[in-house]
Amino acid sequence: MFLREFWHKLGSPKWFYQISTGWMIGFAVAALVLLVVGMVWGLAFAPADYQQGNSFRIIYVHVPTAMVAQSVYISMGVAGIVLFVWRMKLADVAIAACLPVGMMLTALALFSGGVWGRPTWGTWWEWDGRTVSTLVLLFLFIGIYALREAIPDITLRGRASALVAIVGTINIPIIKYSVDWWHTLHQPGSFSLTEKPTMPVEMWAPLLVMVLGMYCFAGYIILARMRIEILLREQRTQWARELVA
Amino acid sequence: MQFESMAEFFAMGGHGLYVWLAYGATCAALVGSALAVRIGAKRQIQQLKLAAFHQTRCSSESQT
Repeated sequence: MFLREFWHKLGSPKWFYQISTGWMIGFAVAALVLLVVGMVWGLAFAPADYQQGNSFRIIYVHVPTAMVAQSVYISMGVAGIVLFVWRMKLADVAIAACLPVGMMLTALALFSGGVWGRPTWGTWWEWDGRTVSTLVLLFLFIGIYALREAIPDITLRGRASALVAIVGTINIPIIKYSVDWWHTLHQPGSFSLTEKPTMPVEMWAPLLVMVLGMYCFAGYIILARMRIEILLREQRTQWARELVA
Repeated sequence: MQFESMAEFFAMGGHGLYVWLAYGATCAALVGSALAVRIGAKRQIQQLKLAAFHQTRCSSESQT
């Protein structure tokens, strides 16, 4: 009952704009606190790895950006399904808002991966299963962004980008299982929901803080971009005018 | 604290370049995108104000 009401309300950009103000501020504050705490903890207080030494500390920026980049892509795929099935305008706004932050996080994961790979594997780049599938993720974000730029019609633009976003989700399990399928260079995942971490708690606790912080950060940026896009689309309506009066 | 001195902290056991490159790029990109959305929101509200101002002026002129 409550869910149904919520679903209907999502159809109203005005309602979403009003309700999201608090969420956005909450995400921003949480992201700032968690990321600052996580970085200081990871850089100065977490123990160095017995094999990799201090270059191991790159994990605290590499893993969160990579994880959240994939989650942003999955959210975009879900928004794509919502747009396709229910024709919800807000889903199109969400797809547009996910693209820049997803692109940035994927690029950061690739960059920090290369910078970590240099002292650890002796190379900046390797055509390894996980690095290549992550590169594909970056191209998917860029491709959908370019597609949206190229289509002026708003309905067609939404449907085309939703379709590519949905089809592209096939890449997410490929990234996840790439370390098991191809035993090349990338080490297995650090975190799993079902298994105990292989790292000691002093090492994974700051990583957990960083992952949570990165999720909050992405939430903040996506909501902020959605709100900008809503104001742009609704600028002729009464409620938007009253908002700035 | 894992380090004895500030110099040791920056050196990161000889891996300073890599560690600081990764953290530097991440921080710069995060701060940059937070700034970008703040500027974007301000600009959008400014534009909305301008449009609202023009509309009220036009409608008041047509009334007189």
